[in-house]
Amino acid sequence: MMKFRFRRQGTDPQRERIKQELFAFNKTVGHGFPHQPSALAFDPKLQLMAIGTKSGAIKIYGAPGVEFTGIHGDATAVTQIHFLPGQGRLLSLLDDNTIHLWELVAGPSREVGGHFVVRIFSLWEKIKLCLFVSFIHSRLPDDYRCGKSLGPVESLQEHPQQPGKILIGYSRGLVVLWDLGAGRVEQLFLGKQQLESLVWERSGNLFVSSHNDGGYSVWAVTSGNACSPQPVSSTIPYGPFPCKAINKILWRTSQSGSPVLLYSGGMPRASYGDRHCLTVQQDKEHVTLDFTSRVIDFFTVHSIKPEKEFDDPSALVVLLEEELVVIDLQTPGWPSLPTPYLAPLHSSAITCSCHIANVPPKLWERLINAGKAQRGRQQTHMSWPICGGKNLAPPPKQQELLLTGHEDGTVRFWDASGVALTPLYKLGTANVFHTDCDDPHDPGDDPDLQQEEEWPPFRKVGCFDPYSDDPRLGIQKMSLCKYSNKLMVAGTAGQVIVLGFNDERSDHSVDVSVVDLLQDREGFTWKGHSRLEPRLKPAPFPPGFQPLVLVQCLPPASVTAVALHTEWNLIAFGTSHGFGLFDYHRRNSVLARCTLHPNDSLAMEGPLSRVKSLKKSLRQSFRRIRKSRVSGKKRVITTPTSKVQEANAALAEQEEVAPVQRRIEPRSADDSLSGVVRCLCFADTFLRDGTHHGPTLWAGTNSGSVYAYALEVPGVGSGRACERGGASESSSCVEAVLGKEIQLMHRAPVVSICVLDGRGKPLPDPYEASQDLAIAPDMTNAHSVLIASEEQLKVFSLPKVSAKTKFKLTAHEGCRVRKVALVLFSSAAQEDYNEHTLVCLTNLGDMHLFNIPALRPQVRYDCIRKEDISGIASCVFSKNGQGFYLISPSEYERFSLSAKVLTEPLCSVQLDRPQMLPVVSDGEGQTLEPPSSLSSPILDTPLDSPLSCADLTLDSTGELTVEDVRDFLT
Amino acid sequence: MVLAAGPKRTEPSRMSRQLPPQQKTPIRLTDTVVEVKSKFEAEYRRFGLKRNGSGGFQEFYRLLQTIHHIHGVDVLLGYADIHGDLLPINNDENFYKAVSSANPLLRIIITKREDEPVVYGTNSLQRRKKGLGLTGLRTTGSGTIHSKSKSGLMIGPPQNFRQISSIIDVDILPETHRRVRLHKHGTKKPLGFYIRDGVSVRVTPQGVEKVPGVFISRLVRGGLAESTGLLAVNDEILEVNGIDVAGKSLDQVTDMMVANSHNLIVTVKPANQRNNVVHRESKNFMGNSGSVGSAGSTGSVLSHESPSPASQSNPITASSSIAEGDSEDEDDDGDIILENDCPTAYNPHLVTKRNSVKLNGESSCSGPHPSAVGRPLPQSMSLPSSIGASLGYSSNTMSGHNGSLASSSQDSMKDDGTELTL
Repeated sequence: MMKFRFRRQGTDPQRERIKQELFAFNKTVGHGFPHQPSALAFDPKLQLMAIGTKSGAIKIYGAPGVEFTGIHGDATAVTQIHFLPGQGRLLSLLDDNTIHLWELVAGPSREVGGHFVVRIFSLWEKIKLCLFVSFIHSRLPDDYRCGKSLGPVESLQEHPQQPGKILIGYSRGLVVLWDLGAGRVEQLFLGKQQLESLVWERSGNLFVSSHNDGGYSVWAVTSGNACSPQPVSSTIPYGPFPCKAINKILWRTSQSGSPVLLYSGGMPRASYGDRHCLTVQQDKEHVTLDFTSRVIDFFTVHSIKPEKEFDDPSALVVLLEEELVVIDLQTPGWPSLPTPYLAPLHSSAITCSCHIANVPPKLWERLINAGKAQRGRQQTHMSWPICGGKNLAPPPKQQELLLTGHEDGTVRFWDASGVALTPLYKLGTANVFHTDCDDPHDPGDDPDLQQEEEWPPFRKVGCFDPYSDDPRLGIQKMSLCKYSNKLMVAGTAGQVIVLGFNDERSDHSVDVSVVDLLQDREGFTWKGHSRLEPRLKPAPFPPGFQPLVLVQCLPPASVTAVALHTEWNLIAFGTSHGFGLFDYHRRNSVLARCTLHPNDSLAMEGPLSRVKSLKKSLRQSFRRIRKSRVSGKKRVITTPTSKVQEANAALAEQEEVAPVQRRIEPRSADDSLSGVVRCLCFADTFLRDGTHHGPTLWAGTNSGSVYAYALEVPGVGSGRACERGGASESSSCVEAVLGKEIQLMHRAPVVSICVLDGRGKPLPDPYEASQDLAIAPDMTNAHSVLIASEEQLKVFSLPKVSAKTKFKLTAHEGCRVRKVALVLFSSAAQEDYNEHTLVCLTNLGDMHLFNIPALRPQVRYDCIRKEDISGIASCVFSKNGQGFYLISPSEYERFSLSAKVLTEPLCSVQLDRPQMLPVVSDGEGQTLEPPSSLSSPILDTPLDSPLSCADLTLDSTGELTVEDVRDFLT
Repeated sequence: MVLAAGPKRTEPSRMSRQLPPQQKTPIRLTDTVVEVKSKFEAEYRRFGLKRNGSGGFQEFYRLLQTIHHIHGVDVLLGYADIHGDLLPINNDENFYKAVSSANPLLRIIITKREDEPVVYGTNSLQRRKKGLGLTGLRTTGSGTIHSKSKSGLMIGPPQNFRQISSIIDVDILPETHRRVRLHKHGTKKPLGFYIRDGVSVRVTPQGVEKVPGVFISRLVRGGLAESTGLLAVNDEILEVNGIDVAGKSLDQVTDMMVANSHNLIVTVKPANQRNNVVHRESKNFMGNSGSVGSAGSTGSVLSHESPSPASQSNPITASSSIAEGDSEDEDDDGDIILENDCPTAYNPHLVTKRNSVKLNGESSCSGPHPSAVGRPLPQSMSLPSSIGASLGYSSNTMSGHNGSLASSSQDSMKDDGTELTL
């Protein structure tokens, strides 16, 4: 205790400087798709797209690599966002009826307050509201004035050619063309249906209205005609049966002739009312894009140059709740375009992830080719349509790979080298097994034919598919050897698959082995899921990683730890029952060890006996809910008037409810799940004695036990195998002998085991040393083993396992270790200086860095909110000091602990910003990352058309209030 | 010194002369005579004893040996006090205390030393009110010479006791706080307490301020925490093993306590401030280390024993708790390491056997810290006599003039670890 305190106090200025050169914490960039998007906007001048989310974040995307992020201070949903085109400014309307103005500026990112907003709408109110009420009403024809209100304004669209004219659409159906300059109604359009949205045709001679009944009408604007009671045409595309509303409609003219009509919704209510559809039609061509999640908004990328006569839309961008889909409108057939960013990571739920730094170019190339072959069918030649800004980031020095394992048994390979996380290759493991879904009909069978003739002409688009065919397929652990291109994946039903890379398509059957981890334990009946049934017939495997060996654990519990050593051709895997060692080269099982504690009755009886406690906990939680309901009611009745009273009431309530209690008791060996294998590791080190090193396998369990096995791998190591000479060669079988068993006194779960060489550095990966890719480990001095449990970090000497140093994290900080990684930090100042450091993520979401092997605390950073349990659980570290964790099911936050290695957006946007804001210094110029923010009061904004946004649709459905007006005047 | 003959037996003349002939009815006894009922194995003797007689413990001891005809048998004496607790008689001090507290009957229980060690206080006769888990009680006195020692308190062979708790750092803590150490190892008892969030009231220059705090919410019946009597429900927890818990969440404090559970030092602000250790000028009352726990029930510090004047030399009180924690810090290095040459099935017996062997090896190699590694094994504690034999503590008892209770027991525990060479 005091020891450490003193150490910490003794700050050496030199050391402090080195630390600053090594460590720095930054959250650099978010990867993936924003969670719960709620608004979309596009700046056609700057070619930037903005997405707002329900949590108040705004993300701006341009060309790949151009990304800006901003977050509103209070996490309220963004309901609308609109660009001020070409200015690099953005207005956002939040759910709490505040408007915020954002602006791209160079410098540190800040959030903008939004109080100036008040002035904006007061200004507009003056001009508009009074006008509307007094004038418009007085000019309405009699049949519209029969005491009914007009309903709220649904849509407000500026005339595309004449900026002074706006089209006002009321919910009840009336549409007014208003001349701002003259302050009078130019034309009235007497719609009969509930209005949903309006859109101008490019010339301004036509506009289209979409309606609640699933129809749309085309209206002609003719000067001199004060009132048009009838539309030019009116269509209900999916009639005649009742249809759902068309929420938004776009009308785009094209050079080729007929205009392109795009609208969302409008499906027949009874048969397809639950589908999320968007229709694109032009002449005879008619496609109903069928999405798997709700359509939030969409826009087209088209020509906006005034000299052009037609819109000529080139792409349709659809923001869905779970992904972004882009349709190429220039290529016949309207294929969809792969997105370079905003990848839906969660197309199937992410179950695990793994980062591989410094991928050899050879493997990289082969992966890209395999990925290309997969996407081959749906290739388009169109380049990415959203191309605003310029990516200034230098090309990545090394290729980084992020692997995500998914619930449906797929492993996705992502290019994590740069700011944009792009998909490279997708590996499916379901085809190794017989599953319910792969038995039926061949493709091209009846259902597809039916679909052809079906009306509406549906087309499945997008890849978000949250439904897993079989939860047992889920990937739990992965390990990739980047030098030998061997991949090991392990899943929920105890399946462990070893895959090798093959550039060619191959039909082969997979070798299957079953390993019984219970060994001779009696009295155990597994009551969980059954093991997956392997496919026995040869199956076709596409180019890429192809399965070689399948090992199935018995009982088929989820795999909790894996280790792969490609030089020895060994894999190790652990479940809640024990661990096994398998020689995938000779296809034989070397070792199976049961780790169940004899007293662990829960584990012995299988998972079903836990139902009892589950029942108990369910009952308790119901009680808690009931209690909270009761107290909730109480609160309503009392309705404290002042804040003080409220606080007092809250305090009183807090005291009255039985407080949460925590039991203080040391862990016992009998705790359930004590046998869960938490980590496995291979190492070439000294286990038997101090002179002969050889292959070893280490396993750590949930109850603080560590097992160390000495392995005899033919042809490897200087251990007994070699001493015996030829005799062991002939046996040519891997053998494992239990060398040591360590029971940590505090019995906390072992999170990680790592062997350090004579210099205190971690051992290199397989092949790294033998192929001269890393410095060979020091085998002359004594090795040591670092065992990180949830409570302590401890270094033991080898081969005699005696404690050398330790750090009791939990006893000191009250936090527990969740993730541990050994990271090589390079100095930002000195070129060749680096240090191996132990990075520790705790249950409080903070990062502790320790040097090794002395285990002295270096720095601590707050990283993840401690309530974000899934974020902490999903965290992965790269070997160079970066890391990733999930901030939502669909987004990775990337962070860096290194002062040198950073991956963050570096980009510029050419702005054409009028000098109307006093604060802005360089209205025209480069705006460098990071993003967003601030501006100053803009009350003096001239009336020069803030409405010139490309598409401005409003879906305010409430009553006409001041707030409503304010909304659409933004 | 005095006595009356027991009901069945006339005592030697030397004693009987001062008393009226055998009286069976206590009513007749005057205030100056105490009625004594002593029990050895299955035999009872009744006799009278002059309350303010001049005899001391040794005399009384011999008297009992005579009465029970157990000359030469090494015995331990105990008596039942007014609370029904079984307390030892092993020196003049507690002998007088026993005599003076007899009301009206003084019940003496005699046990053979070879028998199972008597656990005083804890499994006492009627109720278990005081956790007497302190080593302050000396059960020796088996004809040794130290009875006349002026040091007052005498300490029994430590192997007869296992320290389960102590109050430490009395001299450096404010009177309103209490630093309690709970020794978990070697006992089957659960630590047995729960903690909760709460609101603590602090007096600041600005006035009274409410701050969040962590409190003991429940004691488990029969648990270690309850049996010490040093912790109570609603005590506020201020520190865990020297680390301030202010600003830490309930879960953090829980984790800290669990991580330290083998040697837990909690600093509490007792909800009941009446039983606090009172600092007094008199050296006699200084540094009541290790003896206060029993005070709880009577509200007096001195219920049955006097504090040791020599306790200033107690290393625990003398040193700060942090240093203390540090020395203990090494205590849990006793991770068990098994060396296997062949894979064997998990066998608990085998394991324990190997443990002990291995532990010795360990402790010998980590010499500088006597307390390191050499954490007494459970089984060693349950066989105190055998270990005592190997310890050769007799010199300790011979020189036992200073009564630094905790330290001697501490040392002995360390000894247990390091000298456990089987």
